[in-house]
Amino acid sequence: MNDTIKIQELDQVVIRFSGDSGDGMQLTGLQFTGASAVHGNDVVTLPDFPAEIRAPAGTISGISGFQVQFGSKKVNTPGDFPDVLVAMNPAGLLANIKDLKRDGFAIIDRDTFTAANIKKAGYAEEVDPLSPEASLHKKIIAAPITSQTMAALSDFEMDKKSKERCKNFFTLGILFWLYDLSPQYTTDWLKVKFGKKPILAEANIKTMTEGMLYAQNSGFFQSQYRVNSAPTVPGTYRSLTGNEAAGIGLVAAAHLAGLKLFLGSYPITPATTILEEVAKHKNHDVKAIQMEDEIAGICSSIGAAWAGDLAVTTTSGPGVALKGEAMGLAVITEIPLVIVNVQRGGPSTGLPTKTEQSDLLQAMYGRNGESPMPVIAAKSPADCFWQAIEACRLALKYMTPVMLLTDGYLGNGSESFRIPDESELPKLTHTMVSDPEGYFPYNRDPETLARGWVKPGTPGMRNRIGGLEKDALTGAVSHDPDNHDTMVRTRQKKIDNIANDIPDLEVLQSKDGNEVLVIGWGSTYGSIRNRVAKYQKQGKPVSHAHFTHISPFPKNTLEVLRKYKKLVVAEMNLGQLSKLLAAEFPVEVIPLTKIQGRPFTEEEIELVVDTLL
Amino acid sequence: MNAESKYKKQDFVPDGAVKWCAGCGDFSILAQTQKVLAATGRSPDEFAFISGIGCSSRFPYYVNSYGYHTIHGRALAIATGTKIANPELSVWVAMGDGDGLAIGGNHFLHAVRRNLDMVVILMDNQIYGLTKGQFSPTSIRGQKTKTAPTGTMEDPIDPVALTLGLNGTFVARTTDRSMKQMSEILMRAYEHKGFSMVQILQNCPIFNDGAHDLATAKATRDDHTLVLEHGQKMIFGKDKDKAIVRDGFKPKVVNVADVNEAEILVHDEKDSGLGHFLAQMQGSDYPIPLGVFIERTAPTIDQEYRTSNDAEIERLGKGTLNNLLHQGETWKV
Ligand code: SF4
Repeated sequence: MNDTIKIQELDQVVIRFSGDSGDGMQLTGLQFTGASAVHGNDVVTLPDFPAEIRAPAGTISGISGFQVQFGSKKVNTPGDFPDVLVAMNPAGLLANIKDLKRDGFAIIDRDTFTAANIKKAGYAEEVDPLSPEASLHKKIIAAPITSQTMAALSDFEMDKKSKERCKNFFTLGILFWLYDLSPQYTTDWLKVKFGKKPILAEANIKTMTEGMLYAQNSGFFQSQYRVNSAPTVPGTYRSLTGNEAAGIGLVAAAHLAGLKLFLGSYPITPATTILEEVAKHKNHDVKAIQMEDEIAGICSSIGAAWAGDLAVTTTSGPGVALKGEAMGLAVITEIPLVIVNVQRGGPSTGLPTKTEQSDLLQAMYGRNGESPMPVIAAKSPADCFWQAIEACRLALKYMTPVMLLTDGYLGNGSESFRIPDESELPKLTHTMVSDPEGYFPYNRDPETLARGWVKPGTPGMRNRIGGLEKDALTGAVSHDPDNHDTMVRTRQKKIDNIANDIPDLEVLQSKDGNEVLVIGWGSTYGSIRNRVAKYQKQGKPVSHAHFTHISPFPKNTLEVLRKYKKLVVAEMNLGQLSKLLAAEFPVEVIPLTKIQGRPFTEEEIELVVDTLL
Repeated sequence: MNAESKYKKQDFVPDGAVKWCAGCGDFSILAQTQKVLAATGRSPDEFAFISGIGCSSRFPYYVNSYGYHTIHGRALAIATGTKIANPELSVWVAMGDGDGLAIGGNHFLHAVRRNLDMVVILMDNQIYGLTKGQFSPTSIRGQKTKTAPTGTMEDPIDPVALTLGLNGTFVARTTDRSMKQMSEILMRAYEHKGFSMVQILQNCPIFNDGAHDLATAKATRDDHTLVLEHGQKMIFGKDKDKAIVRDGFKPKVVNVADVNEAEILVHDEKDSGLGHFLAQMQGSDYPIPLGVFIERTAPTIDQEYRTSNDAEIERLGKGTLNNLLHQGETWKV
């Protein structure tokens, strides 16, 4: 026992776990996150999957990563650069050492640093990865993790492979001790997980405990750290990825609308886990259908929406491209439909596992003809829940397809989600009608301009609709030029009017003037908010506005934009929101763009904003 | 069939003109369909007609029920959602050969495979009509069209053989001139629980006139078609003098007089092996078989979704908003 060890308090910490796909890094990261969240920290995570499912072991392309930021205040992002890097093999160290903060440290499994592994990782010949030059003069804690694990399990009746597989729990133990976290969360989890194989639960618990003891006694660490619990709204919490949150939001929306949920979809990275999430909830009478292709995904949903279900299709950019014609059908036949695009790097197959916001213009205009639809974007993993409900609200109330944009960063990233009370959820209305008196398919509600929704099977309401232009009242096919003009303008007006039914654009306002407004949309929220909050603490005149509703824009948008001398629009594309704002409003904007498959760092925002101050 | 149906054909005829060309085979298909719908005894409110794009895809506008005229090739994908969302509806899909088998070919494969409970009327005129005369996936090899001025260089799809190959549960063929057979087949297709594929050889007098003359013209039809009837011997010809026998793994046309009567094949709609065997009767060596090739029962996917959801509701209890939100590991702050 080493009694000289002190406990230091920290506001927030970023840990990056890195190892082979088979090293269990996602699991280790999630367990650490769970323990930290239960302790009361605010947590945001981001996994980084290898692009290939079975890339060669030990190579950089086979690296699986997981980053978590936990803090005693709202952290908003998984963090830019890690304070701690856990590298379970040489490739993990080589791939990540440059990102490790100068005053941070890496914990490595010394046992995996064999000549063969070092070579496989891609180190130049005769380079010692642990030398100051190779490790960029950063601190490395070389713990014999594999051999300590084997020693800890010497009394266990298990084969060598199974014992070795426990090594990530040794690492977890080191981290639990280091951050003074209780291992209870993981102990409970292991007992449930291995209920049928108690020996595996015991082995992992033993390994984890040994890891904690090792950290305490090895002499590597002079202090422990503590990140106090964050002052969050009291309530019940759970951890959700953006895709899980979106899936649950969709099922919740069906409850709120009193309808059945139908999700017609097709597997595509990084959207598939929404389909998987919804498919779990069959006891909510949802129908989650894996169709034969993207087009069939949206078409089956259109057929279900016509039949009276709350219908949704989920996909990523390439899938949206395929669904374009069908979206037009939903626009012209004015049926409710939600299209979720979990964006990824493009064009074409692009970067399936990396994040980007480059489908905004596609969402706005990627259909033939004048084909307007509401476009909204979620700003954090938990917000995917709320925006899934918002998308359904708009679709049902206005009888229109709605595009919800998230992205790979939100979809795979997770954060603590405060479970709302049912009274906090919006009521969703729809336009279903069943009274034949005076009914015409294109009778509109004078306020929302939405037409009535009639389920086939409803007595006495028979009608026939389709993708040909329709008469403005009867819905009969019409090629009349004036009628077409009326219908095109009416469909646009219906969408424009939604501006009256959405929240105003809010600003995180600087007390020190209106010099710069940093504008974002979607997943850039966390990094912009964190950096702007720092500027404001420093007394700088920098404010932040973030768009959730992009089509239509909130009513007060121009009023907000006008107040600031300089408008910076930060987005992960070549300036798509910049174009939309400049086209719609008499303002000049400064695009701040990045297209590296990775979210903004605070530093990248600083580089541009500093020059404007 | 409901003998005392309270509905008349007229109940299924909406206002508004039918806009097919004079003499188009689609007229008789529409009329027979409306008669069959009336004969089912079901309210016009309970039918949903869905189509894609093409001449025949105007069908839903001409049936006084619920109708959805959608986009090219996608009718079956849309109908899949409609039927799964509401299995109570009687769903009918009207499609042409280009719509259903070219641009919509992929959906066709999967709809058959899933055995969706619906009637598919495939109006096969072996040509693109609405775009004015290009070859379709059922056009015969060598057919000259605007896009194949020296003749097509592709073999056609035989929709019956295709559907049988996908283990379709109800597969039939008739013509736009065989009123009685067409209406019997459509009624059986309606009654069948599963995917009912009815290919109707349809004449397009404008762009492919006479394509099906062998099978439909008075002078030729008896010698060039074989009417399949369950339990009946496969005998055909004006003078009932020709028959089908087995020749190894292939059917063979023989003179009745030349064979032992026992050798003549007897049609059995329940025998899927026989169905596949008969599907080989393509090309000029054979008569064109008309009638029901196969009818068999199998689970339909719309019911499978219903049953599996009910089983999950039974197992876990009916999901509520509250247990949806609180699922999984939670903690209190
Ligand atoms: S073009 Fe041919 S198929 Fe089309 S409506 Fe005219 S006759 Fe019928």
